[in-house]
Amino acid sequence: MSGIADSSANEPLPSRRSRSLRRPRGGGILIAVTSTLVVFAALGYILVNAPGWARVQESFFDAEIFADAFPEVAQAFLVNVRIFLMAEALILVVALLLAVVRSLPGPVFFPFRLMAVIYIDFFRGVPGLLVIYLLGLGIPALRLPGVTNDVLFWGLVGLVLVWSAYVAEVYRSGIDSIHPSQEAAARSLGLSRFGALRYVVLPQAVRRVIPPLLNDFIGLQKDSALLSLLGIVEAFRRAQIAASAAFDFTPYLITALFFLVLTVPLARLTDWLVDRDRRQRYAQVGAR
Amino acid sequence: MSIAAVAATAPEALRIEGLYKSFGRLEVLKGIDMVVAQHEVVCLIGASGSGKSTLLRCINLLEPVDEGRITVAGQEITRRGADADRIRRGIGIVFQAFNLFPHMSVLRNVTLAPTKVLGRSRRAAEAEATELLERFGLSDKRDEYPDRLSGGQQQRVAIVRALAMRPELLLLDEITSALDPELVAEVLDVIRELAAAGMTMVIATHEMGFARDIADRVCFLDGGVVAEEGPPARIFSDPQEARTRQFLDRIIRAGRL
Repeated sequence: MSGIADSSANEPLPSRRSRSLRRPRGGGILIAVTSTLVVFAALGYILVNAPGWARVQESFFDAEIFADAFPEVAQAFLVNVRIFLMAEALILVVALLLAVVRSLPGPVFFPFRLMAVIYIDFFRGVPGLLVIYLLGLGIPALRLPGVTNDVLFWGLVGLVLVWSAYVAEVYRSGIDSIHPSQEAAARSLGLSRFGALRYVVLPQAVRRVIPPLLNDFIGLQKDSALLSLLGIVEAFRRAQIAASAAFDFTPYLITALFFLVLTVPLARLTDWLVDRDRRQRYAQVGAR
Repeated sequence: MSIAAVAATAPEALRIEGLYKSFGRLEVLKGIDMVVAQHEVVCLIGASGSGKSTLLRCINLLEPVDEGRITVAGQEITRRGADADRIRRGIGIVFQAFNLFPHMSVLRNVTLAPTKVLGRSRRAAEAEATELLERFGLSDKRDEYPDRLSGGQQQRVAIVRALAMRPELLLLDEITSALDPELVAEVLDVIRELAAAGMTMVIATHEMGFARDIADRVCFLDGGVVAEEGPPARIFSDPQEARTRQFLDRIIRAGRL
């Protein structure tokens, strides 16, 4: 990019490489495998030989209850998927608007910036649980004419309000990371402030924040379980029902597995994107 | 040619009157007066911090001025309520650090403003961009991304990007200062070609040899004012002001002239 970046880029910087799961190479593999086996064997041994293991096994790892509850928890998990997919789409838009408003320069836009700051401070500061409770139980209780009483709707609104505040800050950090000279170059060509933002600043900013954005989405996906508090029967609530019917915790395990199946690949994808980003930047600067 | 003679023979491209600009308590420009005729090439020289870059950024309205007037092609651009976006279309600027858009190909860098600002069709803009890139030896870089180009190539792309808006006035802000020495020539050659083609240019530069070569007139900036101006032959061989002599002595001692 600019000449400033060149001086520091001549040698690789191993300390800055990603700390995600990198597979060891060559002779390291044998050591890694052995070490992994030993560690997990030791942990397994401690677990199985714990005094209460028999009871824990019975109430958390019951194969029969697992098989029984699996289909209905799976069915209910689709509710979670629907909730967080809708929430994610809305959050991407709302948060971007918030971040743009917060980044508007000049005294004219002060009241708008102020509102964005208050919004972000408020919804980041209040526990998401409370927001969902207040909206999902409070608004239907008002019995406003023409306003929906659908708890799913209000729960979704709660999730969007809270997570938009976090994601807006992620976007903003991206916008702030684009050097002002980029905007100056765009404006010097006659682009308006909006044009510079749209064609020059935001495309670069969004690309930079994809990893932290996905990270927030992992958090959001788990938060979809909070909507169970409004009586929505999603995976966690379904497991709760199954667990109390069977006097056994195994259905919760199923729910946990479903969340893991979804969030772990997303986490790995995030790592991969971060790695790729670093590699690309290094390759680019190193090419000169 | 004297300043008066230049101003008399060609219409004015740029007039600056009593320009003041401060950043907080730091007064950078303290009353700049300057006239540039159409097709004239004016080089701004002076020590770092003498206000050359700030002056160029003020002419492009990238910095709001505190006091004074700037008139471009007979239009006062510093008047209240002037449409800065519209004015900037006609004034190109090329920066020291290139400032290409790293997420766009060379072609897109060049066509962005013509399509989005002037509303030209993508095809027409691309055809013209391709022609310009060819003219400056960059046709094979059309689809590359800026990071894959050398500094000299990037700076030439930046010049082409500014030219694609067909500016009446081109401002060049120390465009060779970030380049490795062996890449300076290819960029200066582009400027020579533009000067020969009659482009009106105001060039802030540390390349004294180049300034002597190309300028119709040299302005020496010191302490936020134009301390001395005149044809390059006189400024470089027979400076009248003591501070001009001092500055040039330092340059000569540094082996830069």
